Amino acid sequence: MNVPVENYLVLAALIFAIGCAGVLTRRNFIVILMSVELMLNAVNLTFVALSRQLVSMDGQMIVFFVMTVAAAEVAVGLAIFLAIYSQRRTVNADEISLLRW
Amino acid sequence: MNFPLLSLIVWSPMVAAIIVSLLPAQPLAVPRRAAFGLSLIPFVLSLVLVAQFDPSVGALQLTETVPWMPSLGVYYSIGVDGISLWLVLLTTFLSPVVILAAWTDIQHRVKEFMFFMLLLESGMLGALVATDLFLFFMYWELMLFPMVFVIGIWGGPRRRYAAIKFVIYTMAGSALMMIAMLYVVLVHAKTGQLSFDIVTLYDTKLTHLEQTLLFWSFAIAFMIKVPMVPFHTWLPDAHTEAPTGGSVDLAGVMLKMGAYGFLRFALPMFPLAAQEAFPIIIALSVVGIVYGAMVAFPQPDMKRLVAYSSVSHLGFVMLGIYAFNRVGMTGGVLQMVNHGLSTGGLFILIGFIYDRKHTRQIAEYGGLWSVVPIFSAFFLLVTLSSIGLPGLNGFVGEFLILLGAYRAHPTAAAIATTGVVLGAGYMLTMFKHVIFGPVTKEENKKLLDLTPREIAAIVPVIVMIVWMGVYPKPFIDRIEPTVTVLLQRLERAGANQHLGDAPRALASRDAGGEGTRLASAAHDGVAP
Amino acid sequence: MHPEHAHTAAEAVVLATSLLRWIPLLPLIGFGIGVFAASTNRRSIVHITGPGSVLLAFVVSVIAVSRLWTLPAGGAVVDNVFTWISVGMLHLDMTFRVDALTSVMILIITGIGFLIHLYSLGYMHEDADEARFFSYLNLFVASMLVLVLADSLPVVFIGWEGVGVCSYLLIGFWYQDMANADAGRKAMITNRIGDAAFLIGMFILVWAMHDLGAASLRFEDLNRMAPQLGAAAPHLVTAVCLLLLIGATGKSAQIPLYVWLPDAMAGPTPVSALIHAATMVTAGVYMIARLSPLYVLSPAALDVVATIGAVTALFAATMALVQNDLKKILAYSTISQIGYMVLGVGVGSFSGGVFHLMTHACFKALLFLGAGSVMHAMSGELDIHKMGNLKAKLPTTRWTFLVGCLAIAGVPPLAAFFSKDMILEAAFASGHVVLWFIGLTAAGMTAFYMFRAYFLAFEGESRVDHHTEHHLHESPPPMTIPLMVLAVLSIVAGWVGLPHGILWGDAWGHYLAPVLASHEAHEIAGSTVLLLTLVTTGVALGGIFLAYSFYLKSPGTADRIAERFHGIYVLLWNKYWIDELYDRLFITPYVIVSKFFWKVVDAMLIDGVVNGVGVAVGKTSDVWRRLESGNVQHYAAAMLIGAVVTCGVYWWLA
Repeated sequence: MNVPVENYLVLAALIFAIGCAGVLTRRNFIVILMSVELMLNAVNLTFVALSRQLVSMDGQMIVFFVMTVAAAEVAVGLAIFLAIYSQRRTVNADEISLLRW
Repeated sequence: MNFPLLSLIVWSPMVAAIIVSLLPAQPLAVPRRAAFGLSLIPFVLSLVLVAQFDPSVGALQLTETVPWMPSLGVYYSIGVDGISLWLVLLTTFLSPVVILAAWTDIQHRVKEFMFFMLLLESGMLGALVATDLFLFFMYWELMLFPMVFVIGIWGGPRRRYAAIKFVIYTMAGSALMMIAMLYVVLVHAKTGQLSFDIVTLYDTKLTHLEQTLLFWSFAIAFMIKVPMVPFHTWLPDAHTEAPTGGSVDLAGVMLKMGAYGFLRFALPMFPLAAQEAFPIIIALSVVGIVYGAMVAFPQPDMKRLVAYSSVSHLGFVMLGIYAFNRVGMTGGVLQMVNHGLSTGGLFILIGFIYDRKHTRQIAEYGGLWSVVPIFSAFFLLVTLSSIGLPGLNGFVGEFLILLGAYRAHPTAAAIATTGVVLGAGYMLTMFKHVIFGPVTKEENKKLLDLTPREIAAIVPVIVMIVWMGVYPKPFIDRIEPTVTVLLQRLERAGANQHLGDAPRALASRDAGGEGTRLASAAHDGVAP
Repeated sequence: MHPEHAHTAAEAVVLATSLLRWIPLLPLIGFGIGVFAASTNRRSIVHITGPGSVLLAFVVSVIAVSRLWTLPAGGAVVDNVFTWISVGMLHLDMTFRVDALTSVMILIITGIGFLIHLYSLGYMHEDADEARFFSYLNLFVASMLVLVLADSLPVVFIGWEGVGVCSYLLIGFWYQDMANADAGRKAMITNRIGDAAFLIGMFILVWAMHDLGAASLRFEDLNRMAPQLGAAAPHLVTAVCLLLLIGATGKSAQIPLYVWLPDAMAGPTPVSALIHAATMVTAGVYMIARLSPLYVLSPAALDVVATIGAVTALFAATMALVQNDLKKILAYSTISQIGYMVLGVGVGSFSGGVFHLMTHACFKALLFLGAGSVMHAMSGELDIHKMGNLKAKLPTTRWTFLVGCLAIAGVPPLAAFFSKDMILEAAFASGHVVLWFIGLTAAGMTAFYMFRAYFLAFEGESRVDHHTEHHLHESPPPMTIPLMVLAVLSIVAGWVGLPHGILWGDAWGHYLAPVLASHEAHEIAGSTVLLLTLVTTGVALGGIFLAYSFYLKSPGTADRIAERFHGIYVLLWNKYWIDELYDRLFITPYVIVSKFFWKVVDAMLIDGVVNGVGVAVGKTSDVWRRLESGNVQHYAAAMLIGAVVTCGVYWWLA
């Protein structure tokens, strides 16, 4: 069975859009972080699909990088949330706008 | 390559700064003593430098060149000539003096203060000896930041305003200068050689318009640093708010960077445009002399008064440089050193009295001679040096400058000569209010006279003031050959100019001998 | 000293020696010791070194002058010490040189200087700051010696400004009184105005010389090249002469820069005697005489010199008529007498000017020291209306003061009789009859005001208050001995300049002739000379008689006259309101403009622009920074929009 590459790309775009919407609309930091993961994985999917299509290992290599970065990002992000939460008792993105004018 | 003497001079304060920063901060005597002892090293080395310096050569000497980023044409190349020699010595000379003078002035974060002062010294020295534009620009910025911190951390009540004003003024000029530098380098790169070496860049072929625009980009950066009216208003604030050490280094060396920049970069790189700027620069110099003196007159704050007097004195320096003859330009270079000594001395002394009373307001003093006679005697001598009394250093420079300027522009020189009267006016008025008269304030009766440490700090300055006034020959002899070389370069540029709207060439302004003498100056390096 | 110069300079026979440097160096060493003594509070040292160093300088001067006398006329003793400044075309040596003119000056300075130092031992005995006083005084002598020993204008300028500073310090010596400090500052700044003109004159001169191929400011070269200079650039010569004249009016207290000298009396009296009478204030006359070959090339400049001299002589004399302060009278008298000297050099009688300089140094020092002696006795009182009959208690002072008065009035055969006569005669002979008449009038006034002071102070009834009366005493020997020596000098000093035909007549003129320019006046008949002398003497005696009848014979006459001519009296009493005029005309506007520059131009205009730029940037970013909400989702949205727009643009373009 040979799934055309377009299907993968459309799926990836959908997942990316969902992640994007999540990042922009949700209040809870944890959910935002999860949405970011969705976006990253959408990109990963694109990479893998195109890698197969083009018969090149480059895309798959980059996927490993992205996964590493994503893992690090989650670790750092969660650490920050924990620190903020212990200070301010909230993980609501609206309420944390310290770095403004 | 020979023994890297210059590099040692430039880097030893940097190393000293690092050593001081590694030492314990308490007791306070540790960083103080260490900084003082370490600051003597570059001074001793620069004495060796003077001994090694060949007074008969006008070009750069004791040069060192090490590839740094050769693919970009950037080299670590340094050297010294008659223009920078005495400024290097002045810098290393003032450093231990300043540290000694700031002994009790600085009471908190002593270690950091000493660190910044030594770093500043290294930056200033680097800027003075760098012969590579890239390196120069790096040092130019390097000397800026320690000074900003010194003003901003240890300064007076309006220190933040002063520090920010200082940094923004200077950076504004630096930005222009950097663009101009890159432009010159890129134009020169068309010859196939990418180089930041200034001696190489001197020969860059530029159109008339390019020269003019580039000259003014450099000139504005240097005019801010000099400072020339109307770019001077950062100076009174910076001087007034800076702690003693900062003021002394600012007045002593940093202000000279502007005039030095003209001599090292703006004039030789853009000789034609530089000569076309003659009327403007001369006018601004004369305005600076008179205006600075007039504004200094009613100042109620001692340091502010001295700061405005610097505007006036640096006007003299620029006037001398722009006289475009050997007498005036040599006088201008000499006057840079003189001003460093006398104004530096004034700031040191004002610092001493500020330590005791914590005010710089002239009205808070009066009758000090009866209370602190030794202080007053030193103050008198430095005051007299500042107003250019013959027999002391200030006169020699002023005399040569005005004499040279008279040839270049008699009216300007005549107006500038009134600066001699006005200078006496504001300095003697301050002296009168501070030192003479009855002791009006009860608390002033308990002021203590100078301590041995303070005397040790000021006496070297006094010795130099007298020496340079009585026997300036060794100084002049080393400055003159370089000035001659520079003038020849300017004159050649003037002679090669055949455009219809040719600027008044150097030779015509210098008519009747001094010009022709210039042409043969290579032969008679020693005056007839 | 370049050997070729030695030979080319016409008749000059030059004796090189390293002796001369010691003349200024000795007082300079005295100054150094004085500073040491002052800072370590060892006053007794300066009692020896103060006068001693000047005495030694005097001895060396005598040796130097005796060496000079072994040379043929026109010779000079020269000491090249070191090269001071050498750059480009300019080459200045620190060279000292004694010729006929300098020999007169150094003997006056060290001789009278020593006497005044001696006097100061007594006068300043009770002052705690004695060491400081003597160190200043020594420094002054050293500077003054540099001034007259210098062989080039810039080296003269070292001394010229040096004496100015010493004068500044000594006027303000009792600094605790702000008025003294003000007087010192006024002297210094007024002098500096003249000095600025002096500098410009030097600049013109050196470049003019340079254009002739001999950039030099040595007197020898200047005087040798003067004719060429005059031929090449006559207007330049006039300009130089006038500028140097302005310098001279500052130092020598002539119109328009004389205003500092009356105030300078705030200094200790020996200072007034040495600096503000005998030596420093005559520097201008010395300088003009020194440059006489240059001045004779510009008759216009010389006329200005003569006019300034004559007008100053009269102007100052009128102000002296009504003063009550003994030292102020002497101060105005000094201005007036220097006016004579300037008149003398202005009408071409350079030797006459220098002659009067020499005699004046003797009798004016005497008069000032006499006034100091009175002041010493009267606990500082100087108002002649509060004196009277001092002759009873102060016999030596009285007799010597009387000699001084006779000498200055020009009574034969005392000093000023010869010197003033020489000047007035030259003025008449050169055709400046108006100036001669002005000088004559001033001579009458001189006799009048000096004897007015003498009669009111020493003769008549005592008006001294009881407290002071009680301890009126003659001064101690260190003070009276100089008085007596100076009195003798005031009598005999004029004899060296006997007029033509009497004994060694003309000797003075012949002695100075090789140094000074010959500006031959029209010969006038011997009978005219005699007549002139008689008129001058008559006027002097008339002045004395008038003073006698006003103040001694019928006291009260003076008051009646003052009432009759009230307007003139008020004008004179207020010194023509010149100080007030200068204040309104120059000082107040200067202060106003200075403050305007500071408060408006600097603080508002320039800093306004600077801070304005800062504020403008701040205001703009105030608007823009609202975009920084701090909400991470806004940023993310912005990023998304940015990405979409970028891609869109890219797609649209492609």
